[in-house]
Amino acid sequence: MNDRLSARFAACKAQGRAALVTFVTGGDPTPGDTAAVLDALVAGGADVIELGMPFTDPMADGSAIQLANLRSLGSGTKTADLFAIATAFRQRHPDVPLVLMGYANPMIRRGADWFAAQAKAAGVDGIICVDIPPEEDAELGPALDDAGVHMVRLATPTTDAARLPQVLDGASGFLYYVSVAGITGKQQAATASIEEAVARLKASAGDLPIVVGFGVRTPEQAAAIGRVADGVVVGSAIVDIVGSHGNQAAPYVQAYVASLRGALETREKVA
Amino acid sequence: MTVINSYRNQPDERGHFGQFGGRYVAETLMPLILDLEREYRAAKADSEFAREFEWLLEHYVGRPSPLYYAERLTETLRESAPDGKGAQVWFKRDELNHTGAHKINNCIGQILLAKRMGKTRIIAETGAGQHGVATATVAARFGLPCVIYMGARDMERQQPNVFRMKLLGAEVIGVESGARTLKDAMNEALRDWVANVHDTFYIIGTAAGPHPYPELVRDFQSVIGKEAKVQMQAQAGRLPDLLVAAIGGGSNAIGLFHPFLDDASVRMLGVEAAGHGIESGAHAASLAGGAPGVLHGNKTYLLQDDDGQIAEAHSISAGLDYPGIGPEHSWLRDIGRVEYTSVTDTEALDAFQLLCRTEGIIPALEPSHAIAAVARVAREMDRDQIICANLCGRGDKDIFTVAEALGVAI
Ligand SMILES: Cc1ncc(COP(=O)(O)O)c(C=O)c1O
Repeated sequence: MNDRLSARFAACKAQGRAALVTFVTGGDPTPGDTAAVLDALVAGGADVIELGMPFTDPMADGSAIQLANLRSLGSGTKTADLFAIATAFRQRHPDVPLVLMGYANPMIRRGADWFAAQAKAAGVDGIICVDIPPEEDAELGPALDDAGVHMVRLATPTTDAARLPQVLDGASGFLYYVSVAGITGKQQAATASIEEAVARLKASAGDLPIVVGFGVRTPEQAAAIGRVADGVVVGSAIVDIVGSHGNQAAPYVQAYVASLRGALETREKVA
Repeated sequence: MTVINSYRNQPDERGHFGQFGGRYVAETLMPLILDLEREYRAAKADSEFAREFEWLLEHYVGRPSPLYYAERLTETLRESAPDGKGAQVWFKRDELNHTGAHKINNCIGQILLAKRMGKTRIIAETGAGQHGVATATVAARFGLPCVIYMGARDMERQQPNVFRMKLLGAEVIGVESGARTLKDAMNEALRDWVANVHDTFYIIGTAAGPHPYPELVRDFQSVIGKEAKVQMQAQAGRLPDLLVAAIGGGSNAIGLFHPFLDDASVRMLGVEAAGHGIESGAHAASLAGGAPGVLHGNKTYLLQDDDGQIAEAHSISAGLDYPGIGPEHSWLRDIGRVEYTSVTDTEALDAFQLLCRTEGIIPALEPSHAIAAVARVAREMDRDQIICANLCGRGDKDIFTVAEALGVAI
């Protein structure tokens, strides 16, 4: 597999910094606006792009991403639009890893095999599905595996040592550590608890990069997480910018992402 | 005992009813769901738990609820039936329970589980407000703080229940997202839960959600069917020919049906809400108009579009206004053990009035759907046949909605 994800994490590591993983909701505010936002993420220095698939019932999301889902669906975004956005992105940015993130129902509606094949054809590198835990892996995991698309798993503060091996079994691409028990866009966890959690995950995860997200808003927070994790995810803060500036959001997104990237660059090296 | 060919030993150990059910939740909730399952297994094996449950049902809820032969309704339906037709209509009177619906049966069971697990805060979603009232009631009874999520639209049409919940000491949070009804309330309750897993117990109000909820809600509600079976034998000397129940998420229906599933002579009919009519698209009949998918922790029939976006449901009855259905019903329908039909807003309103006038009982709009289906099928059945329908709620909460629908100012 031409593995953009592992290549990118390796490159960041070689540069002595954490990867910057950025999330936006696809089709927000309209399907036609997303390409410019994605380009702004890349231009600002994002390493990995998470493209959110809008869903009517985003149960794990706070108000920022809920509203983005509503804007996107309100303008008529279809699953086909998401794949068209991904396909065009892949043509413009052959090397930037792209991950689709969303909820189970839109992913399995036409069958997991259909979804996995479409994702592969669109140049998507991985899938993050919020509501398919390892217990229901059969719903999507095998289809992604067959298609050669990474299944990115989530670990949380409630994932204890006994459960972790089950989460890691079949996880690929990277491991997404949700640093707070809660929904997106709310408070951030204390740096000390993140550090401890990442150390615990690293002990079991082998070479799988550990990426930390939920509640990260400021360059300082990103830098603090960047000191201990392989990557840091920023989502709601970017989605808020799109929410405020609509189809004019790209330059604001780019400037904000550049500030995050700058903070990751200038971090003190740990010995 | 080895049970062979039983319809009553679902779900499997992973919470699946055939292809339905399961545990489709965020990782944060998964350890908690597993904990709940362990605790429920232990409670099921604990005779003290059963004793406390039964004691509260008897002395606090007022069980057993009567089984009642609705003679005047039966006679009225016979007037328009062909010769020799017009089955006897009996009602399981769960509207006489404390708080006015079957919802309290399940709430008693779940609050006892919450107590066992040492949880100190209760949350719930509600549509009609009946489950919210029942949850607020048991939370008051056990002295636990309680937050109820309710769609803002439902709060408008179920004002009396909003006030009841507040009187009982619950905090009622209006949900403004989506269509502002039950589905959105459930999303918001799940968001609360995921952020408060350490101390909070989520009392789900119907036989849906992630495993083990569909199983445990069914088990707690099965008191309805167990009583009905004994009472029917005592009063009629035999089992009923047909059971009928309305379906929102399906808890009152599965509670009535489950104890009878292995009695081959007993037919069963679940009644979904057809709203303005299935063809209109404005309905809440997930079996009649939906397809299998994943929402709120389980796989089941859902109202949805080709992209898997969930459609808004519609019913005059807030308690049925939900685009999904409990997974056991999806399974029972696919294997053909239970039949399902649907009833429109208008038919339900007619049945509501029919019961008021023939029996002196004001039913809730939810069981009015079951009564409408009874009126339809009783006329086709022989006179010596017996229908037992679940009168799962009383109509006090609905009089404003009904007045509006009938064009009456009160
Ligand atoms: C009286 C009554 N019946 C039925 C329902 C529908 O729920 P279920 O299908 O779980 O019984 C409700 C829900 O609020 C209700 O209040």
